[in-house]
Amino acid sequence: MSSREEGLSGLVDLPSIGQLISLLERQGWRVIGPTVRDGAIVYERVESIDDLPRGWTEEQEAGRYRLKRRGDDALFGYNLGPQSWKKYLHPPEVRLLEARRENGLLKILKQSDPPPRYAFLGVRACELAAIAVQDRVLVGDRFADPIYEARRKNLFLIAVNCAQAAPTCFCTSMGTGPRARQGYDLAITEILEGERHEFLLEAGSEQGASVLGQLRARQAGPADSEIAEKMAEHAASQIHRRIETEGLHDLLYANWEHPRWDDAAGRCLSCGNCTMVCPTCFCTNVEDVSDVRGEHAERWRRWDSCYTLSFSYIHGGSVRRSVRSRYRQWLTHKLASWIDQFGTSGCVGCGRCITWCPVGIDLTAEVRAIRDTPTRAPKRRENRNGES
Amino acid sequence: MNSKRRKPRIGVFKFASCDGCQLSLLDAEDELLDVAAAVDIAYFPEASRAMLKGPYDIGLVEGSITTHHDAGRIQKVRKQCRTLITIGACATAGGIQALRNWVDTAEYVRAVYATPKYIRTLSLSTPIAEHVPVDFELRGCPINKNHLLEVISAALIGRKPNIPTYSVCVECKRRGNVCIAVAQGVACLGPVTQAGCGAICPAYGRGCYGCYGPMETPNTAALTDQFRILGNDGSQIRRAYRGFNAWAWEFRKAGEECE
Repeated sequence: MSSREEGLSGLVDLPSIGQLISLLERQGWRVIGPTVRDGAIVYERVESIDDLPRGWTEEQEAGRYRLKRRGDDALFGYNLGPQSWKKYLHPPEVRLLEARRENGLLKILKQSDPPPRYAFLGVRACELAAIAVQDRVLVGDRFADPIYEARRKNLFLIAVNCAQAAPTCFCTSMGTGPRARQGYDLAITEILEGERHEFLLEAGSEQGASVLGQLRARQAGPADSEIAEKMAEHAASQIHRRIETEGLHDLLYANWEHPRWDDAAGRCLSCGNCTMVCPTCFCTNVEDVSDVRGEHAERWRRWDSCYTLSFSYIHGGSVRRSVRSRYRQWLTHKLASWIDQFGTSGCVGCGRCITWCPVGIDLTAEVRAIRDTPTRAPKRRENRNGES
Repeated sequence: MNSKRRKPRIGVFKFASCDGCQLSLLDAEDELLDVAAAVDIAYFPEASRAMLKGPYDIGLVEGSITTHHDAGRIQKVRKQCRTLITIGACATAGGIQALRNWVDTAEYVRAVYATPKYIRTLSLSTPIAEHVPVDFELRGCPINKNHLLEVISAALIGRKPNIPTYSVCVECKRRGNVCIAVAQGVACLGPVTQAGCGAICPAYGRGCYGCYGPMETPNTAALTDQFRILGNDGSQIRRAYRGFNAWAWEFRKAGEECE
């Protein structure tokens, strides 16, 4: 982000958001944004302002989500739906390879076309943080994933600042929100005050500034920035869920035999939903399929989950056979060993794993239970099956 | 494939069932010629009048055991098949007809048939694996034809078939479905059911019926508690578990705990 563009901002009216969508489409981006489908706000292709969830919001709590009317015309008056942007940058299913046997030789067939240039409209601050985490994991490490990289490099990111928080949000604990501070091309703050319905657009990159320049924006003043700050403060004040991150890494490492893991295992379905909806979970499995004649083979990469038995399968069997060991693996990786591995927490505080757990298991409550009654790290080691 | 090598012989055997699973093989229209080229379909009464004697390299068994006669017949089938693969909920769990396992069969026979003395039946409908050793159980009501081709292909090549045993939820989220349990409060068996169908029902707004039976580590007790929170009473929850895989151990136990 260059300092010159950083401060560039402007105010636009409601129809301009529609113009922004068509402008990006004309310039070759495929715009993905929030839209109502099957009782939720999901991220799918949006082609006009009519596709946006105008006047919709949601109620969220552990294991429960319901769409609700707001009673106004807000375009971005909701918080987070079930899906993250992960499904576009790190697709659930990708064919890695296709091969055919020809004259006794293996012929690798041409791969499919390059991915579209995506423009994401409506990325929340916690989601920007999640994309940054996946950047670190999937391209910023020793090995880069070309599938993610190809989708990521041409991305146009339009953030939306949160004007309210859901009961499941805890971005303030993880230091990721509610206001988008970096990592976007454009940031939108929707201003709804009485009759006034405007959008403060702030450029975060040259690319963003260029798009902003093509919209009929009027000059934004210090008062507008003030409103945006106030809205972020208001959203932050609504956040009551919390994870105390101070010393969390060591706390979890020391309490790997805490009885709370058994308690969680009694409730956990090991269905994998939390990992599927998590915007940072990146694990995949690679499967080869061949046809009956043994002449055509494909290799597919699919989202996997550490809650499955096959995930920890090595010679001789699965390492994490108990649900206890799988729940503990997920939570400890997310909040502690992720830091050792990637230098950052794997949790951004979006709360999706709380809302979309079919039985409403809340990781913030699990962490609190361990923090409230810590046990000393026992000396004896777990047996080899991960059962103790 | 070495053309000089004898083609593997396949036999398809039916027990108490609706035929839907063995029809999956015929339903694999695009691949059927390949299957016929790769294997010798030696015994498949549903498809061909040519019924060659065993032994068979691969036996596909559909249906559950519900009569004394079938209990004896499955022993003979097992002896004739090098690899025995059971297909479908009837063969792997007893099927929908296992609902008889909770009632007085003799009373039903009296109520249904004009001449009950002609009916000879067992009081239980049981899966094949309760009678003979089974090499692989392919779940589903009906089975997924791609799974069947995968199992046959894997058996021919000698590799492990790629058949998932995790929950329907994994497939459901990969597909991009919105969770109907969370977003609509629908009692969905997805979290305790094995994947394989591609999460068809949730994609159309219906709760999972559990057609593929219990997943690898089903926590039915936790799901039952959640079903109660969603407003279902014991009889409704019991009915949910008592579908095509009612007699599968974990569903059977979960249903009985709702009594």
